[in-house]
Amino acid sequence: MIAIRDSGFGIRDSNAGVNDIMLEIKGLRARVGGKDILRGIDLAVGTGEVHAVMGPNGSGKSTLAGVLAGRGEYEVTGGSVTYNGRDLLDLEPEERAREGLFLAFQYPVEIPGVNNAYFLRAALNAIRKHRGEPEIDALGFMALIRDKMSLLDMDQALMSRPVNDGFSGGEKKRNEIFQMAVLEPKLAILDETDSGLDIDALKVVANGVNALRGPDRSAIVVTHYQRLLDYIVPDFVHVLSGGRIVRSGGKDLALELEDRGYGWLETEAEPA
Amino acid sequence: MATLTASPAAASHYLEAIERAERDRAHEPAWLRQARRSAAEAFGRMGVPTVRDEEWRATNVAPIAGTPFVTAPPASVPAGEAVGFQVPGLAGPRLVFVNGRFAAELSATGVRAAGVTVSTIADAIEHRPESVEACLARHQDYAGQPFAALNTALFEDGALVTLADNTVADEPIQLVFLSTATPAPAMSAPRVLVLLGSNSQARLVETFGSLGPASGFTNAVTEVVVGGGSVLEHYRVQRESESAFHVGRTEFRLGRSSRSSSYAFALGGRIARHDAVAVLGDEGAECTLNGFYLAGGSQLIDNHTEIDHARPHGTSHELYKGILGGRARGVFNGRIRVRPDAQKTDAKQTNKALLLSDEAQINTTPQLEIFANDVRCTHGATIGQLSQDALFYLRTRGIGLDDARSLLVRAFATDVTGRIGLEPVRAELDRLLASRLPGLLAQEVRR
Repeated sequence: MIAIRDSGFGIRDSNAGVNDIMLEIKGLRARVGGKDILRGIDLAVGTGEVHAVMGPNGSGKSTLAGVLAGRGEYEVTGGSVTYNGRDLLDLEPEERAREGLFLAFQYPVEIPGVNNAYFLRAALNAIRKHRGEPEIDALGFMALIRDKMSLLDMDQALMSRPVNDGFSGGEKKRNEIFQMAVLEPKLAILDETDSGLDIDALKVVANGVNALRGPDRSAIVVTHYQRLLDYIVPDFVHVLSGGRIVRSGGKDLALELEDRGYGWLETEAEPA
Repeated sequence: MATLTASPAAASHYLEAIERAERDRAHEPAWLRQARRSAAEAFGRMGVPTVRDEEWRATNVAPIAGTPFVTAPPASVPAGEAVGFQVPGLAGPRLVFVNGRFAAELSATGVRAAGVTVSTIADAIEHRPESVEACLARHQDYAGQPFAALNTALFEDGALVTLADNTVADEPIQLVFLSTATPAPAMSAPRVLVLLGSNSQARLVETFGSLGPASGFTNAVTEVVVGGGSVLEHYRVQRESESAFHVGRTEFRLGRSSRSSSYAFALGGRIARHDAVAVLGDEGAECTLNGFYLAGGSQLIDNHTEIDHARPHGTSHELYKGILGGRARGVFNGRIRVRPDAQKTDAKQTNKALLLSDEAQINTTPQLEIFANDVRCTHGATIGQLSQDALFYLRTRGIGLDDARSLLVRAFATDVTGRIGLEPVRAELDRLLASRLPGLLAQEVRR
């Protein structure tokens, strides 16, 4: 218990100066459909760090992920988000993506009629163009994705199908991480990517995420369960409850949550 | 000849045009003059329809009734301009008509396959009237079809395509109908007759186009007889100017175990109406009526379809989709009739419209008339906007808003164009849609 308290924001402070801050969220408040969901989030993600955001259903985890990616229905009512020195909230979703932010959807969208390979190449080229790199042609693209497909154990046939259309739940999640592997974001936000995955698929997905870890990339892993964090070991764990981060710590916090559930934190958060 | 008795709705300029045509066609065989006369009388009785007519209640053709169209004058079109209306990469015979008249200099009449003839209908009537006597204008009762009656009374030329029994026309046959801009509003009435014997096979592409901002009136009728065991693939591309008026009717008569698949694309016209009609007149016939339309500005595009299952074991597939932007209106009316004798019929109709603006509208009506008890008939209609979820998903991957919209709109169209069997036609449609979409998306009135 004491250890957990000590490993709160103290760790952040002790790391300051070691890693540059890539993403800084300050006092973020957001509303969905007239209802306040985020009630003042403070979170700083350093370059090269993996942060897990955990919390019970309805705590605002997915809203946080959606706000960071620029989902239109979410109304930001206060606070700020700075990403690599820029005001993230001022950017359109596509601008965020081109600046290296990636959201792996909890529920990937099915897009009938849009070919998966065509879509992903268009996305990659939009990002490359933004970086001042030459566009990649269909042949070069197929060569580029071959390794990433085997990394994610993706069936080649999925590439010629419409985006997520008729994919199984596991195939959709794998497709998200596959897209991430191809687009190579600087900041990946994984919104409950583990939900609905069997253990084999979970390992594959975790492999994909770990392959992208590096000193210049960060990730926010949003999850309800500790299980995913056995495979994607986070540097920090935060607990979201009632639209606020009520506890932060190291990876051990996730284990404690696994043992004790969220109830004790929600009770503690009540007066706030 | 006696003067036509006419309802007030039969605007006098049409009746004058009919009487002039009758004088000019005294040389035609008696059976044809008689057919034209009864068509003229039918038109005289019905007149140009109004919104009080059931078949026209969503489409107000008052501008067609009110404009004093004259018979389109002869015109010549430079080959360089006409070529833009041909489907690139489509070899084979091609007949081009300008303002309803045959343009030999733009056409390629050579036919490679034995047993296949492609000629103008005027030539056939003059030199081989027996080749068309049994079928031309024989199937129509004109009830509710005043424009088809008007076409029969007025048509000057068009195409005749015949295939003998057991014949395969290996090259697609292309018919192109062009209208030029004229000083006075002008009309033309092209007529096409396609006769497939038994166990034959043909592919036919009809294109209707305008040169420049033509604001004339095209009133087209195509009749197709598909003999027993025959297979027909038919494409109709209406890409006239956005100030033109277009009314067309395509009828398929299917023999025993024959198969026809037809695609009607409507991209042009200020008011454009097309009736696609299939009569499954013998056992085991299968027909596909697919369509796609694109309308912006203040265009009105009306598609009526009618599938008549008259005999048992018939199958019909129908997929119509449309994209409407600006203040455009779309109308879809799909009638499926299953007659008492048509047991084991399997009919499926799907109609989908995508509205890109607040002010675009679609009226959609399925009409199932089922008089047999052992049949399967399904229909479904959806009207929607671009999915916000899909747009957001694409944007989170770096694809800009305009590109994301365009991608989704094209995906909506691909559902139909992707089924086109004739590759050059599919490529041409993709090209035509791609060139129209940016303008259409720019008209979007945000919801």
